[in-house]
Amino acid sequence: MTGQDDGGGIRDRAGTLAVLMIAPAIAYIVAMIGVPLLLAINYSLSDATTGDPVHHYAGLVNYRSALADPVFRLALKNTFVFALVSQSIVIVLSRVLASALSMPFRGKWAVRFLIMLPWTAPIALGAIGWLWMYDSIYSPFDWLYRRAGLLGKPGDPFGPMTNIYWLGRPTLAMASVVIVHVWRLLPLATVIQLAGLSAIPGEILEAAEIDGARGWRKAAWITIPLTLPIIGIAFLFGIIFTFTDMTIVYILTRGGPVNATQVLATWTFFKGIEGGDLAQGAAISLFMVPVLAGIAALLLRMARRAEVT
Amino acid sequence: MARVEVRGLSKRFGGFQALDEVGLTAREGEFLVLLGPSGCGKTTLLRLIAGIEEPSRGEVLIDGRVVNDVPPRLRNVAMVFQSYALYPHMTVRENIGFPLKMHHIPKAAAAGKVEEAAGMFGIGGLLDRRPRELSGGERQRVALARAVVRNPSVFLLDEPLSNLDAKLRVSAREELRRFQRRIGVTTIYVTHDQVEAMGLGDRIVVMNRGSIRQVGEPREIYERPADTFVAGFIGSPPMNLVEQGDRLVGFRPERFLPAALTPKADAVAWSFDVTWVEDLGAERLVYGTLGGKASEGRVVSRIPASVPIAIEAGRAYPFSVDRVDLRWFDRATGLRTEGGAP
Ligand SMILES: Nc1ncnc2c1ncn2[C@@H]1O[C@H](COP(=O)(O)OP(=O)(O)O)[C@@H](O)[C@H]1O
Ligand SMILES: [Mg+2]
Repeated sequence: MTGQDDGGGIRDRAGTLAVLMIAPAIAYIVAMIGVPLLLAINYSLSDATTGDPVHHYAGLVNYRSALADPVFRLALKNTFVFALVSQSIVIVLSRVLASALSMPFRGKWAVRFLIMLPWTAPIALGAIGWLWMYDSIYSPFDWLYRRAGLLGKPGDPFGPMTNIYWLGRPTLAMASVVIVHVWRLLPLATVIQLAGLSAIPGEILEAAEIDGARGWRKAAWITIPLTLPIIGIAFLFGIIFTFTDMTIVYILTRGGPVNATQVLATWTFFKGIEGGDLAQGAAISLFMVPVLAGIAALLLRMARRAEVT
Repeated sequence: MARVEVRGLSKRFGGFQALDEVGLTAREGEFLVLLGPSGCGKTTLLRLIAGIEEPSRGEVLIDGRVVNDVPPRLRNVAMVFQSYALYPHMTVRENIGFPLKMHHIPKAAAAGKVEEAAGMFGIGGLLDRRPRELSGGERQRVALARAVVRNPSVFLLDEPLSNLDAKLRVSAREELRRFQRRIGVTTIYVTHDQVEAMGLGDRIVVMNRGSIRQVGEPREIYERPADTFVAGFIGSPPMNLVEQGDRLVGFRPERFLPAALTPKADAVAWSFDVTWVEDLGAERLVYGTLGGKASEGRVVSRIPASVPIAIEAGRAYPFSVDRVDLRWFDRATGLRTEGGAP
C-alpha cells in the first residue's frame, strides 16, 4: 500500500458495512422473536402458572399432557382444517376475481378499491359484524331464508325451526368460521393474484390467443402455470394468517360449541392465560412452530422461483 | 397461401394516430416487407392483421373475406413476435406443439409435425430444453417452428432478427428467405433495417408516421424513391439531396464519382469541396459540399476500392453524375417529379 488506504473509510470495507446495515434487523428479530420464543420454550419445560411464574424445571411433562388431551388433538385438527379448507376456497375465488378484475371495464379502480376494504378493517371489528350476522335469533341470513320460504315451516329445505343457529351446531359453526376466514383473506389473495397476472408479458397472452387458446384452456395451459409460484405464495401466506389467528374463533364461538371450533391459538389462550397454566399454554403454542417454520421455508423457495420466471 | 388486403385502415391510441388510412395488398405467396423508422406503426399494422388489435376504422381482408370480426385463432395466421413470446414454462417440444394441441390435433400426428417443424429449423436436438436455456438464435428458430407447425396461410413476422447479433442476422436472413420460398406462404415481414428489407422482400412497403409512402420492388424503391422521405431513408448513406431552385435534385452516393470516371457527354459536373474521407476497406466515403452552395449542399460520394484516384480532405475535385441518375423532387411537397435541367 502507498498510504492511500485511509481515504475510503468504512465504505471500502464491504463486510463491515454489511454487518452494520443488517445489525438493526438482527437486533429486532432477536428482541421481538428470539427472546419470546426462548421464554416460551423455557416456560413449556417448567411448571409455571400465572399465579406463580417462578421457574421449576419439569421436563417434557407439558408436551405429554397436551398430546394426551383430546381437546388439544381436536384443536390441532381444527387448526389444519380451517387453514386448508379456507385457503383452498380463497385461492379459487381470488383467481376468479383476479381474472375478472384484470379485464378492462368501466369503474375498474373503484371495484378494486372496494374489494380491498375488508383487508383495511380491523379484524376484530369484522368478526363482531359477522357475530351479529350469525346471531342465533336476529341473523339476517335466517330472516332472508324465512322470507324466501326456505326456513321455519315444516317441510322447508333448511328445517322447521325458526332459526338456523349458525354458531350453535358443530359443523355449521366450523363452516361459519371458515366463511369469515375466506372473507378476511380474499382481498389479499386477490391482489397477489392480480399482480401475478399482470406480470405475464402481454405478447405471451397474445401468442396464446393466436395459437388458439382461450377461456379455461388458456388459464389451464398458460396463465395458471405461469402464475403458479405466486398462487403458492398467496396460499402459504393465507395458511400462516389463519393458522395464527385467534380473533375470529375467540369472538365468534370461543371455541364452541363444546370445542368444535377450538384451534391451537385459542386453546393456548384458554389454557395458558384464562386457565392460568402458563407452562401448558406455552407447550401448546410451540406445536405450531415447526409447521410455521416449514411453511416459511417453502415461501422463501417459492419467492425465488417467482423471481426466476 | 392467401391474399391479405387492408383497406382504409386507421388506428388511434387515445389522441395519437398510429395508422392513418393504410391500404395495402400482399399477394399470394409473396414476401412483403414493411419498412420504416421505429414508431411508424409497423407493429400496429401487423397486430391489426393478426386480429389482436381492433382497427378504429377500415377493413382487413384475407382471401377476399373481411375478417374484422374473426378472432385471431380463426384467421389461420401465425405471428412471430419481436420478443418471440415463447412460453417460458414449456419445453421447446411443448412450445412448438401448443398450437396443435389447441386445435385438437391427435397426439401422434402432432408429435410428427413437431419433429418435422423442428427439423426444418435445425433445432431437433433442443426439444427437451426450456426457452431460458436457449440462445437468441435458437429462440428465434423455436418461434418460427411454432409458427409454421400448423400450416398457417399467412406468416406475420415482427423484426424476428433484431435480437440477433450482426453475423447471425446475415445467415438467418438467408435461411428465412430460402425457407419462405420453399413453403411459399404469404409472408408479411416487419423491419426497420433497410438492408434486411432490400435483401428479403419481393416488394417493400415504406412507411412513415402511420402512413404508406411507397410500395414497390426493392430496386424500384431504391432507384425511384417516391418522395424525399424514401430517398433519405433507403440506402446507406442515403441519397444526396441538393436544392436547385424550387426543386431538389437527388443522386445516389455511388453515382456521384470523380469526373474522370463518368466520361459521358451527358453528365452533370460539379466542383466537390472534400471535407472528410472515410476509408472502409471495400469503399471510400467522401464527404463534402458542392462548390458555390457552401451551406446546403452537403453531399457524400461512395467510391469503390477499385478506383485508385487519390482524394484528400481540404481540396476540391471535379465530380459528376450521369444525367439519367438524377432524380427530381418538389421542394414544397417532397414528391418526386419527372425530368428537368439542372
Ligand atoms: N397500445 C398502445 N397504446 C398507445 N400507443 C401505442 C400503443 N401501441 C403502439 N403505440 C404507439 O403507436 C406508434 C406506433 O407503434 P408501433 O406500431 O409499435 O411502431 P413500430 O413497430 O413501427 O416501431 C408508436 O408511437 C407507439 O408509441
Ligand atoms: Mg415494432
